[in-house]
Amino acid sequence: MGLGLLASRAIRPFNSSSGSRFLLRTIVSKPELQSPESSAAAADASPEPDLPPRTPVGGARVHFTNPEDAIEVFVDGYPVKIPKGMTVLQACEVAGVDIPRFCYHSRLSIAGNCRMCLVEVEKSPKPVASCAMPALPGMKIKTDTPVAKKAREGVMEFLLMNHPLDCPICDQGGECDLQDQSMAFGSDRGRFTEMKRSVVDKNLGPLVKTVMTRCIQCTRCVRFASEVAGVQDLGILGRGSGEEIGTYVEKLMTSELSGNVIDICPVGALTSKPFAFKARNWELKGTETIDVTDAVGSNIRIDSRGPEVMRILPRLNEDINEEWISDKTRFCYDGLKRQRLNDPMIRGADGRFKVVSWRDALAIVAEVAHQVKPEVIVGIAGKLSDAESMMALKDFLNRMGSNNVWCEGTGTQPNADLRSGYIMNTSISGLEKADVFLLVGTQPRVEAAMVNARINKTVRANNAKVGYIGPVTDFNYDCQHLGTGPNTLMEIAEGHHPFFSAISNAKNPVIIVGAGVFEREDKDAIFSVVETIAKKGNVVRPDWNGLNVLLLNAAQAAALDLGLVPESSNSIESAKFVYLMGADDVNLDKLPDDAFIVYQGHHGDRGVYRANVILPASAFSEKEGTYENTEGCAQQTLPAVPTVGDARDDWKTIRALSEVAGVRLPYDTLGGIRSRMRTVAPNLLQVDEREPATFGHSLKPEVAQKLNPAPFKSAVENFYMTDAITRASKIMAQCSASLLKK
Amino acid sequence: MLARLASKRLLEIRQVFRQPSQAFRSFSTALNYHIDSPDNNPDVPWEFSESNKQKVKEIISHYPSNYKQSAVIPLLDLAQQQHGGWLPVSAMNAVAKVIEVAPIRVYEVATFYSMFNRTKVGKYHLLVCGTTPCMIRGSREIEDALLKHLGVKRNEVTKDGLFSVGEMECMGCCVNAPMITVADYSNGSEGYTYNYYEDVTPERVVEIVDILKRGEKLPPGTQNPKRIMGGPEGGNTTLLSEPKPPPCRDLEAC
Repeated sequence: MGLGLLASRAIRPFNSSSGSRFLLRTIVSKPELQSPESSAAAADASPEPDLPPRTPVGGARVHFTNPEDAIEVFVDGYPVKIPKGMTVLQACEVAGVDIPRFCYHSRLSIAGNCRMCLVEVEKSPKPVASCAMPALPGMKIKTDTPVAKKAREGVMEFLLMNHPLDCPICDQGGECDLQDQSMAFGSDRGRFTEMKRSVVDKNLGPLVKTVMTRCIQCTRCVRFASEVAGVQDLGILGRGSGEEIGTYVEKLMTSELSGNVIDICPVGALTSKPFAFKARNWELKGTETIDVTDAVGSNIRIDSRGPEVMRILPRLNEDINEEWISDKTRFCYDGLKRQRLNDPMIRGADGRFKVVSWRDALAIVAEVAHQVKPEVIVGIAGKLSDAESMMALKDFLNRMGSNNVWCEGTGTQPNADLRSGYIMNTSISGLEKADVFLLVGTQPRVEAAMVNARINKTVRANNAKVGYIGPVTDFNYDCQHLGTGPNTLMEIAEGHHPFFSAISNAKNPVIIVGAGVFEREDKDAIFSVVETIAKKGNVVRPDWNGLNVLLLNAAQAAALDLGLVPESSNSIESAKFVYLMGADDVNLDKLPDDAFIVYQGHHGDRGVYRANVILPASAFSEKEGTYENTEGCAQQTLPAVPTVGDARDDWKTIRALSEVAGVRLPYDTLGGIRSRMRTVAPNLLQVDEREPATFGHSLKPEVAQKLNPAPFKSAVENFYMTDAITRASKIMAQCSASLLKK
Repeated sequence: MLARLASKRLLEIRQVFRQPSQAFRSFSTALNYHIDSPDNNPDVPWEFSESNKQKVKEIISHYPSNYKQSAVIPLLDLAQQQHGGWLPVSAMNAVAKVIEVAPIRVYEVATFYSMFNRTKVGKYHLLVCGTTPCMIRGSREIEDALLKHLGVKRNEVTKDGLFSVGEMECMGCCVNAPMITVADYSNGSEGYTYNYYEDVTPERVVEIVDILKRGEKLPPGTQNPKRIMGGPEGGNTTLLSEPKPPPCRDLEAC
């Protein structure tokens, strides 16, 4: 056998096509080695080395703002064209080489303190930290040489020196950068025989669990807190081997983005407290979907195991949420397991709910709906409703003869005629170009945390000025509090106010009006004042539209697109039959006592207190639905987990009810209802694409409403509890108890 | 095989001789986090004194107005002198307010530098140099003598509040090793001194402590009467004449 192996080895060089390298090398004289000119000519003759082409890491693309600024560097012999100012690490990414790193994060400032990204650069005496080294023209970068490998192995040994060996009980296990990279660069034993250090754990609040002994001092969390979240709470304390991350004084991390430090921590030092010891990441099924807790529509991934949502993670979307999500988005998931409505129920004569079959429940609803006059039928869509079910609700009510259908949060007389009047015309990513912000009655920090993060980014990047009109609140960036009521707005419009010159001198001014204004009686007057400012300050130009409305709820934009506008403003006072489709925050005090209320929703929240019939529905994590975010981008959710109990999708229930009521809706599938939506609002079918408004504000008719000097009210009282899901969540309750107390 | 046995045996021997002190690691700095106590918590009011407010203005004027935070170290030093040699958390907050940064940025600096004391020290804070040259010349014995004489542990304050002993890294007096430093906070920031006492012996440091306890002043410098500053004992033994000019061209002639 051994002989045969030897023989085959001896034969292979001769019968394989690439056998030439096994042949004896002979000494040949190469003239190009003697004179540099001829070698350059030879290089020109064959500029492409005969290596297979590589693809950039993670689809990295290079954008040359100025073609003259392009420089060429060589990564492992590959020539790469990159813009001036890129770092060596970025050049390597473009060349398709993934450099190991801990402290470098593309959205944070460069620290250069983990030293894991060391590479060899020709003519450099030492390995260089590629994340902090700017690439220079003609630089020859070597990433897979023994020098680079040895450097990384050395760094890894130092990092593992003080890192505890508790991977089996660490929640980061399986998605840990240190674990992954130690597979490539780590040794199976260390030379360090002393005691490992230990660090006291910090209390950062109910969301982030800390095991500070695992920390490798990459300072990503410190940079995230001060740069993205805008709260200067975390710092690096002490020095040398006594260095640790902390707050020094006992302090919770009071940021609405604090959960993101869990994602950016490369080790298990900062992990999710609610998720602790619940599951391993490889047992989870990821479903890419959309968040509905606010109007931003952050892209998320729901990680589920069986029928249970285990955690929610952000998904990269440069236009909407970059790679962050708010704490409400991330930790509301335990609300999906509590207070759920399982079965159809009818309130009996004794005031208690009795479980009934779907057939009976729908029959009763249809019967009552036919007993009342069509004018007194009212339908209200909730803030978490998808576009499909709102379409079905409107169609159903219209077929019953009523047009009193609206979505909560849009006020009694929403203006749905001009799309530019209720969406964010600048787009969320467009806010980065702005240099002056005027926030009118909106507190983006609690209303839309991701929009606030964009404003914070802009303020940090180009020193944008922010003016705010509204009740006193705290911002995490420099902000000028101009006033509390519409009077200040009037002053700006008349040009008396010093902030008016800031707007008119700005290159790209932005005005953001909060959706809380919709609830005011004088909203038309306020909008006309805002439009006056926009006209005088040159806020709306052909190349720039800086007049925005920041919506509050996930359903609002789609509801207004679909025309969910009540026929009369006092329809609720005369209503006899109210169909609440997940509407919990609508004020029912003025409702007549003999009104019949149907509550269709997924949570036993405020809406069921007066309900006569309950129809269970599925939550956003359990259905496929279209949501339009505040900037007018339609996105779809996907079911991650099965529905609870006997619940059904909202639109299916309404479709079934229409059949029982004898006014059958003409669609049976999601495709059918979507083609119906196409006739009303075709932009809702352009998934993942932002559809800007076609017509501007100039088409609006003149308003003769009087301005009410009452100050603006804050639209969101408690950031952590805004809808049925978050109100049912235990984690959100803990957050509001510990983080909101002053 | 033999080599493996030998190395195994060697490891066993090492295990036996392993110092029990390795079970803990001592750091020269105090805790890196704050624990509230009656005399050190954020609610204790703290302000720069009237005369120091002038100094604060003067210090800040050294820096451009948009880089006020550069004044953090001199201001922390001033605050420490004013507060009897240590920085309560409210003093750091006061500094943060003056230079308009978040308090954590000041805590970072204060925890980084070991000369900022974040726990109470005596009016005379004695710092023994523990770096190699001093250690070879007997700094351990000097520290032991001090601690024994004062009846305290390291970084502890005596009952009368007069003395505390700490360790410090090289102060650049290796030629006169061993040495101690006396930080005198007994007279606030006006009478603040930071003196080196070099060539000390265990007996001499006890004498120094007694002199300080009596409230007398002691000239700083070498404690060996036969030496003049850094010069050798008994006068110079080398470089006795004028040094020869360098063997190069005549500069005047050029």
